[in-house]
Amino acid sequence: MSFLLSCPNCGPRDVNEFHYQGEVTTRPNSPQTFRELTTYLYFRQNVADVQREWWYHRFGCEVWFLAERDTRTNEVLKTELPRPPERAGMPGPEAPSIPSPPAA
Amino acid sequence: MRLPPQPHERLDRSEKVVFYYDGKPVEALAGDTLGSALFASGRRIFSRSFKYHRPRGLLCCSGSCANCMMQVDGAPNIRVCTEPVRSGMRVEAQNVLGSLERDVLSATDKFGGPFTPVGFYYRTMIRPRRAWPVYEKFLRSVAGLGKIDKHSDRQHRYDAEHRRAGILVIGGGRAGMQAAREASAQAEHVVVVDEGPDHIYGSDEDFEVLAPARAVGIFEGGLVPVDAGRILYRFRAEQIIVATGALEQPLIFPGNDLVGVMLPGGVRRLVNLWSLKPGDRAVVITADERALSVIGDLERAGTEVAEVVDLREQKVRQIVASGSFGQVRGVELDGRPVDCDLLVVSGGRQPAYSLLSQAGARVEYDPSRGIFVPTDLPENIEAVGAVAGDTGPAVVPAATYNGAGSKGKCFVCICEDVTDKDVKRAIAEGFDSIELAKRYTTVTMGPCQGKLCHLPSIRLYARENETDEATIGTTTARPPWAPIELGLLAGRPHEPEKLTSMHHRHADLGAKVMWTGAWKRPHSYGDPGDEAKAVHDSLGVIDVSTLGKLIVRGPDAADFLERIYPNKFGDMKPGRIRYAVLGTDAGRIMDDGTVGRLSEEDFYVTTTSTGAEGVIEWFEWWNAIWHLDVEIVNLTGALAAVNIAGPKARRLMERLTDLDVSNEGIKYLDAKHARIAGVPCLILRIGFVGELGYELHFASPYGEYLWDTILDHGAEWDIRPFGLEPQRILRLEKMHVLIGQDTDSESNVLEAGMPWIVKWDKEDFVGKWALEHVQERGFRSQLVGFEMANGVVPAEGGQIVREGTSIGRVTSSRRSKQLGKSIGMGWVPPELAEDGARIQIKVEDRLEEASVRLRPFFDPEGEHLRS
Repeated sequence: MSFLLSCPNCGPRDVNEFHYQGEVTTRPNSPQTFRELTTYLYFRQNVADVQREWWYHRFGCEVWFLAERDTRTNEVLKTELPRPPERAGMPGPEAPSIPSPPAA
Repeated sequence: MRLPPQPHERLDRSEKVVFYYDGKPVEALAGDTLGSALFASGRRIFSRSFKYHRPRGLLCCSGSCANCMMQVDGAPNIRVCTEPVRSGMRVEAQNVLGSLERDVLSATDKFGGPFTPVGFYYRTMIRPRRAWPVYEKFLRSVAGLGKIDKHSDRQHRYDAEHRRAGILVIGGGRAGMQAAREASAQAEHVVVVDEGPDHIYGSDEDFEVLAPARAVGIFEGGLVPVDAGRILYRFRAEQIIVATGALEQPLIFPGNDLVGVMLPGGVRRLVNLWSLKPGDRAVVITADERALSVIGDLERAGTEVAEVVDLREQKVRQIVASGSFGQVRGVELDGRPVDCDLLVVSGGRQPAYSLLSQAGARVEYDPSRGIFVPTDLPENIEAVGAVAGDTGPAVVPAATYNGAGSKGKCFVCICEDVTDKDVKRAIAEGFDSIELAKRYTTVTMGPCQGKLCHLPSIRLYARENETDEATIGTTTARPPWAPIELGLLAGRPHEPEKLTSMHHRHADLGAKVMWTGAWKRPHSYGDPGDEAKAVHDSLGVIDVSTLGKLIVRGPDAADFLERIYPNKFGDMKPGRIRYAVLGTDAGRIMDDGTVGRLSEEDFYVTTTSTGAEGVIEWFEWWNAIWHLDVEIVNLTGALAAVNIAGPKARRLMERLTDLDVSNEGIKYLDAKHARIAGVPCLILRIGFVGELGYELHFASPYGEYLWDTILDHGAEWDIRPFGLEPQRILRLEKMHVLIGQDTDSESNVLEAGMPWIVKWDKEDFVGKWALEHVQERGFRSQLVGFEMANGVVPAEGGQIVREGTSIGRVTSSRRSKQLGKSIGMGWVPPELAEDGARIQIKVEDRLEEASVRLRPFFDPEGEHLRS
């Protein structure tokens, strides 16, 4: 890994300055089943495509931000600071959708 | 012996430099390389080959081949042909037993042939198996090149620097310089990187020239690491122009490795840069035009040119060089002998496309010229000059000029001593793909990294497989482009060492210091057992500045903490403290500490010493999701902290502050602001060590002052400073869990015996669902205390055993002077998590009896804490 990542605060920096926190997942509001819980905790979409993910500028301004990165080329299409969600209650990480669990 | 001054010579004839070869002084001129100076001193043999220990001499004089590698100032494998001389350098031959002229190991060349065919090490010295240690000892002594001096002091500092450039030009030859000049007229910030040795640029260019410096690869995102000796520049450029030129290729014939067989560039450099006469009588055999220009240089140097063979016009089927003592004495051209002591050969020039290929370019075979040419360059990468295929007209040389019946060894790869016979044998054995053959024969895997053997080996492969070079294809070009010192890749050793503001006082007191994360902390001041006892008996003080210290502040602060911890905080009154355990959404314990409410919207959070950074990242991450109105401020470094503990702690505090420190004034788990000896402090009344205790948090710069004041006034009660080890004994007596010691990344707060932390009536908190699941499924294992039946202290990590089966493990164990017992904590199955349950613990080979304890060993009712 040696690409540049653009911190919304500091601009383009070497990727080694950052901590990668993985793809954005959905925290279910209240999981009904054990399967739902483990899916949230452990299953990742792992797409070969553009992925929305969390990054932290650990050796920089210490801000968390979201990036859209093509996992095949490491091309970063977009980075942005997270926006407040418009949901009530205690929302989890915003995300596309929960992946369906693999067939047993 | 030098020639008269040459127009482009690199020498300063007025300045002499002396270095040492095998301990004997050698005189050089400023501007010499070690190689040119040794050549001037009469040396012709520069190394012994890898396998057969054949004599080898200067071949390329450009740092490409492996023929001149020596030990220089203790560093192995230095190519002396490009290493500038410095006064006092110590140079030694390597890979020889004896001297370069008489190397005992050269017996392998004469007698080893039948026993050392390609891949012999996969087949021989295997049986009998018992003899392997003997074989290994022998092989280790002869394998490898050069010796690393394990006892040498690290003399060099290596550094890395990140750099940006508008346009990075790799290669400072004619094409590279022209590209750089054109670019600098239009673009800003042009940088040229040139590895030498033929630098042709002036000192007045409009752009920066880094030389000698070598681009070692082109990596993802256009990262170009540049080896500049002691510093590695990590370049990122908007555009990269590759002008790495072309590599002169050898011809493959028997005796092609003899000393005196040279590439045209090597001859040209000897004459022009260092004014040396390369030989007395030369034969030139060439497949291209460029090599012919060397004839003028030879004449100027006074070398008689006996014969010139231009392969484009003249058909030669068989070339056999012969010599004595490893040095060329003549060459037979189709059976016709010609005497010579210099044989200049050129098999054309191959574009040095490695960097382009690493960057993603394709490589295509051009059958008309017999070379591989880069195509399909990636965006933002340009190739100029010879590397782009502009190598001039040439005829495709034969794969070998090894006629039937000739006996001498005919080397395809001189670094690894691989002959044409070896390659044929590998093919006969079924290694018919170039990638497999490369690994089996090690052709292209030597120190020259294929620069001189890649193309010839493909050519030979094509011929032996009766196909063409395009079908054979190339092997993958991998970084680094040239060898690089490991130290340069490792960079400067970076071990941050954090010291508290009282650290020097500990050192003065003779503390035994240990690492905890990045912090250095006192392990003890001599006797951990006595220090622990002093806390029970009277008074002790410990520096706890390493604790993580954060402020969580804002209208949503209580809400935030209640979401992130299993604990409750909303009901806390300002001025109160709670022990809190942080967990993940999977229910795993991350960290622990105290949370004090300073006001309605102000919380003071402490973390473990090593957990501070992680906890802050964790807090910030969740709040990047929740967007609560809360500020998180890290005060870890800004504040120092000490814990004053022991039955006399209150007496000391009364001395130091006006605050009412009675049990009514500040009770257990109270937090209050006050001046201590004049220093504004936050006082937390907590008791990790189990005795009456006050933890003082204050601005770091007051560290030494407050420490001294506490020790001065505490002297009346025989105050003892205590370290981490006595603290561990004390907390174990209280069965206080040490996160990361008693718990691991799988532990949850329920099984770790702290169910009271979890407030189930909260609607949600991080980890709630996972902990609910643990409740439902039942416990698998529980963290308990234990007491040994006799005084033995089991090892931490030791097994807890029942009926011969391991059922758990010891996580902490110590001898307590206070209790007169050996105690510990460990994980046991839930059915044994009962006060008094009998367990056995493995101590070395014995099983020792122990009984489970669920309540603190010391002061189970907490009377001391609350006193």
